[in-house]
Amino acid sequence: MGQAVMKDATAGATVVALPGAKTDAKHGVVPLPAATRKPLSQRLLPALRAVLVNVLPPLLTVLLIALFWQIAASGPQSSLPPPTKIWEEAKDLIVEPFYWAGTQDIGLGWRILVSLERVAIGFSLAAIVGVLLGALVGQSIWAMRGLDPVFQVLRTVPPLAWLPLSLAAFRDSQPSAIFVIFITAIWPVIINTAVGIRNIPQDYRNVAQVLRLNHVEFFFKIMVPSAAPYIFTGLRIGVGLSWLAIVAAEMLTGGVGIGFFIWDAWNSSRLSDIIVALIYIGVVGFFLDRLVAFVGTIVTRGTLTN
Amino acid sequence: MSYLKIDHVDKTFQRGATSTNVLKDISLDIVKGEYVSVIGHSGCGKSTLLNIIAGLTPITAGAVLLEGKEVRDPGPERAVVFQNHSLLPWLTVYDNVALAVNKVFGGRKTKAERHDWIMHNLDLVQMAHARDKRPAEISGGMKQRVGIARGLSMEPKVLLLDEPFGALDALTRAHLQDSIMQIHATLGNTMIMITHDVDEAVLLSDRIVMMTNGPSARIGEVLDVRLERPRKRLDLVSDRTYIAAREAVLKFLYERHRFVEAA
Ligand SMILES: Nc1ncnc2c1ncn2[C@@H]1O[C@H](COP(=O)(O)OP(=O)(O)OP(=O)(O)O)[C@@H](O)[C@H]1O
Ligand SMILES: [Mg+2]
Repeated sequence: MGQAVMKDATAGATVVALPGAKTDAKHGVVPLPAATRKPLSQRLLPALRAVLVNVLPPLLTVLLIALFWQIAASGPQSSLPPPTKIWEEAKDLIVEPFYWAGTQDIGLGWRILVSLERVAIGFSLAAIVGVLLGALVGQSIWAMRGLDPVFQVLRTVPPLAWLPLSLAAFRDSQPSAIFVIFITAIWPVIINTAVGIRNIPQDYRNVAQVLRLNHVEFFFKIMVPSAAPYIFTGLRIGVGLSWLAIVAAEMLTGGVGIGFFIWDAWNSSRLSDIIVALIYIGVVGFFLDRLVAFVGTIVTRGTLTN
Repeated sequence: MSYLKIDHVDKTFQRGATSTNVLKDISLDIVKGEYVSVIGHSGCGKSTLLNIIAGLTPITAGAVLLEGKEVRDPGPERAVVFQNHSLLPWLTVYDNVALAVNKVFGGRKTKAERHDWIMHNLDLVQMAHARDKRPAEISGGMKQRVGIARGLSMEPKVLLLDEPFGALDALTRAHLQDSIMQIHATLGNTMIMITHDVDEAVLLSDRIVMMTNGPSARIGEVLDVRLERPRKRLDLVSDRTYIAAREAVLKFLYERHRFVEAA
């Protein structure tokens, strides 16, 4: 949504500037509209508008939901706490994400960081292995015939179903949780990378052949950049799935992650804490997704503009 | 001994149970420094022939020999300028040429020498000013120039051009033809160019290879273009040799081997 508005703003600027701009007869070019400086207020106003247009509607939605929730949960026999009660009970969690008062009494920010660390390790491994396996499956018809059916079956296994196996194999909760992240995130990376590799235009392959690029050069100089948009689609799906899986995995493995916090809160009936944690998880998941998308747009800028 | 020898080449494409014989018994001897054009109707197998010389397409029967050695796979000594430029969109103009130069001259030239060589080749096609632009930011004619610079930068024994100016407007095309003529005059490369354009073939070539219609296309006729170099487009318009050559090609294409729509 932000992008669409940005585009609107620049398009508007072009339209405003063009009629006044004269074609430079000697070079036959129209001077870029950016060259003409506009007064600060005129440049600031659209930016302000863009912010309002983007921020106001979701803010309004949140307020409405909170209001509805407040009314619905205010009855005497209501089983869920209304927003005001959550604020009362879990204020410290909301306003102070980074306090530290003992191993299990820490701010939600710390817990999120612990979970994020696990996701970072598991997801990075999944990204590296996934791109390599995807390249193999995309490049070799026999690798595809052999591996693709297996991948298609394995990817439907729910993340948590891997947990008992990995606990048995690693005998420790930390590597088990990381393995669950890895095995959850890897499938979309493999599958999207393979599609991207299969879609490399024959022209690029011909160029590589004429230049006699070896396998490593071909991988880094042709495959990865050419398939980058697909790879990042896979990574984006993968990071979303990792974040889904980590919370569930931590509920079962314990430790100090955000998942275990929710489980712990449930066992001691701190519903308000759970709701605050849910909001933390949602917001962090949203930013994780945006982060990967952002890196993706920067990396694939070249590939996409052709 | 000829420089590049195409010796009784046959090509049959096999797809499942169906097989199509595209080229039949193609033989051609090319001298070093010669400019040869291949002309023929669409689908007759010109690109196939070029890809065979490049080593990109395997031969069914016969052989291609460069300096007496059989061509089996693609390599930079037979650089290709592809029909649709085939620049890598994520690399800048400079980096597209650099990819080729670094690969081909990586062990033989220093970094500074390679840089000079890249810039020299971009200069040859007058594209040095756009060195930091990406392919999407330059025009079709400019992309084709960079493609030519990339081909030249490999210092190939034979430069293969597949309809290099096919997708361009008449003015840009004329301009690039002049550039290519000049480069050929300066460097003396051996060049094989596929074209649909009779004027282009006559203007640029020492010899024009005319192919019959497929399937099983053969070389129908080879025409020597005995025009002095350097050639000037405007002077040629009324030149008798030019007109005769042009007529011969047109007659071949439109009288004796008229294009028949595949039924
Ligand atoms: N990989 C392939 N498999 C099967 N048939 C092919 C293959 N490549 C080309 N052909 C066939 O070979 C014939 C010649 O194709 P080619 O591309 O060489 O023609 P061309 O002369 O370059 O045509 P144009 O002038 O339109 O580029 C065509 O009939 C085409 O269908
Ligand atoms: Mg062709």
